[in-house]
Amino acid sequence: MTMTDLTMFSYIVAAVFFVLALRGLSNPETARTGNILGMVGMGLAILTTLLSPVVQSYVFIILAIVIGGAIGTVVALKVQMTALPQLVAAFHSLVGMAAVLVASAALFAPESYGIGTPGHIHAGSLIEMSLGTAVGAITFSGSVIAFGKLQGLISGKPLMFKGQHMLNLALGVLLVVLLAVFAATESYTAFFLLLALSFALGFLLILPIGGADMPVVISMLNSYSGWAACGIGFTLHNALLIVAGALVGSSGAILSYIMCKGMNRSIFNVILGGFGTDGSAASAGGPAGDRAVKAGSADDAAFIMKNASKVIIVPGYGMAVAQAQHALREMADTLKAEGVEVKYAIHPVAGRMPGHMNVLLAEANVPYDEVFELEEINNDFQTADVVYVIGANDVTNPAAKTDPASPIYGMPILDVERAKTVLFVKRSMASGYAGVENELFFRDNTMMLFGDAKKMTEEIVQSL
Amino acid sequence: METTVALGAKTLAEKAADLAQNAQLLAQQAAEAAAAATAHGGAAAGPSEFWYLFTVFVLACFVGFYVVWSVTPALHSPLMGVTNAISSVIIVGALIAAGPADFTGSKVLGFFAVVLAAVNIFGGFIVTQRMLQMFKKKTK
Repeated sequence: MTMTDLTMFSYIVAAVFFVLALRGLSNPETARTGNILGMVGMGLAILTTLLSPVVQSYVFIILAIVIGGAIGTVVALKVQMTALPQLVAAFHSLVGMAAVLVASAALFAPESYGIGTPGHIHAGSLIEMSLGTAVGAITFSGSVIAFGKLQGLISGKPLMFKGQHMLNLALGVLLVVLLAVFAATESYTAFFLLLALSFALGFLLILPIGGADMPVVISMLNSYSGWAACGIGFTLHNALLIVAGALVGSSGAILSYIMCKGMNRSIFNVILGGFGTDGSAASAGGPAGDRAVKAGSADDAAFIMKNASKVIIVPGYGMAVAQAQHALREMADTLKAEGVEVKYAIHPVAGRMPGHMNVLLAEANVPYDEVFELEEINNDFQTADVVYVIGANDVTNPAAKTDPASPIYGMPILDVERAKTVLFVKRSMASGYAGVENELFFRDNTMMLFGDAKKMTEEIVQSL
Repeated sequence: METTVALGAKTLAEKAADLAQNAQLLAQQAAEAAAAATAHGGAAAGPSEFWYLFTVFVLACFVGFYVVWSVTPALHSPLMGVTNAISSVIIVGALIAAGPADFTGSKVLGFFAVVLAAVNIFGGFIVTQRMLQMFKKKTK
């Protein structure tokens, strides 16, 4: 590619802006400035490319940016905050597809990118191109499946069949063979086979992963989309794409790691299939039918909380499903007016994407300095009078500490059991995603509040 | 508080400018080295250019690693939003594909790639801004 010094310089400035955009997110106060810097960096990158000599006709490009920009703007402004995880999954799929398209364009018209002529592309570029294509295609189809699961179009249950891992392994080996063949021959047939195989692999990799593992999947696909950009950057000999791709790739990788640690599972364990698939898991908690639980009404809950001096709220995915965040904040406000201290405790894997609960609470105008992460607040539970668990289950289960046979053994949990009283808002006695009975339900200091999370919370507000 | 933030931002900006200058110098040297390599070897994509790009890649991974670990967990959703937008910098490749004067198949591919990347850029940055707007300090 013909790169003038000025082009090179602008690209590096853009890369620095991207780093500063991520740096801004270290604090909610600087985050908005960071995001604006990101936009400036992107604008600079686009402008620089448009002004470089390889771009000669503008009509098509402007049309494309207007179409894409309009769609993106409308979608981003209209989307409900509870639908964020599926939106992010959809966006990831677009990056993957764009990577595939750019790689294909480079294959058919290599001279635009200065990497050779058709039929005579340098072998190194061919390898980089096929890697970018493969990762992009896997990102695309994997994200489509993740979107389907989050949107409820596909069952959130892990879909497993016999020989699945062997099939994936075989396809993976075939992928490497095709890659080698393509790099050696520059055959279009090999390229399209590689593309088809990568799409198939993306579907097969994400299908067996269950709904509550989605935080890991989304982070992982986020990472993939970055690596895809990186692969294209190597193909096009463009340092900006490589830097941006590496930033995104490592960001996604770190998020996946944090999410896995939040469940005490390895990334392989998550990828190779969901919880409760080995049959032994369901029985581990013992039978539920013959034990009594204490069920209460909204009035009871209101009475208990009004007379408490410290209440901790533990939200989970159930709160997002019921859209109960606004009612919850109203309840907290009323309690605070009564002189009760209210805090929120968030488990790293609560919800369907990293930081999901924080965004929903922020949407309901909960001040972020009342919201705490697991490590920050876990010691507070022993001094709390009431814990209000709304739509969470597995992340509070003491079996993770006491029962080595439990599938969730070793997972860090919120120590809600240490509080004087635990209130569980749940629709039924059904067990959580992990398929494990929560023995906390049967304790003397636990009261179950059966009903829809939003309706129950609203009723409590009324009786306060 | 405001002043310390402003000060911090200023020093950061200065550091960034320094970094950019150094990087530019490096880039020039690399370009010269690449030109020299081309003159010698004939084949344009010699090992020197790959290793230059690979160096950039490895260093960028480290920068990403340290910067992302400093992101507060409460902002992990906006982080995904903004990284999503940033990975769409792939639009640079798409623009080059869509750029040539004559109409070819790869220009069409480039057109669609620009559309997809533009959806992501606008969508990603705007949705992130919406999220961050909600994290504004609440007036109690």
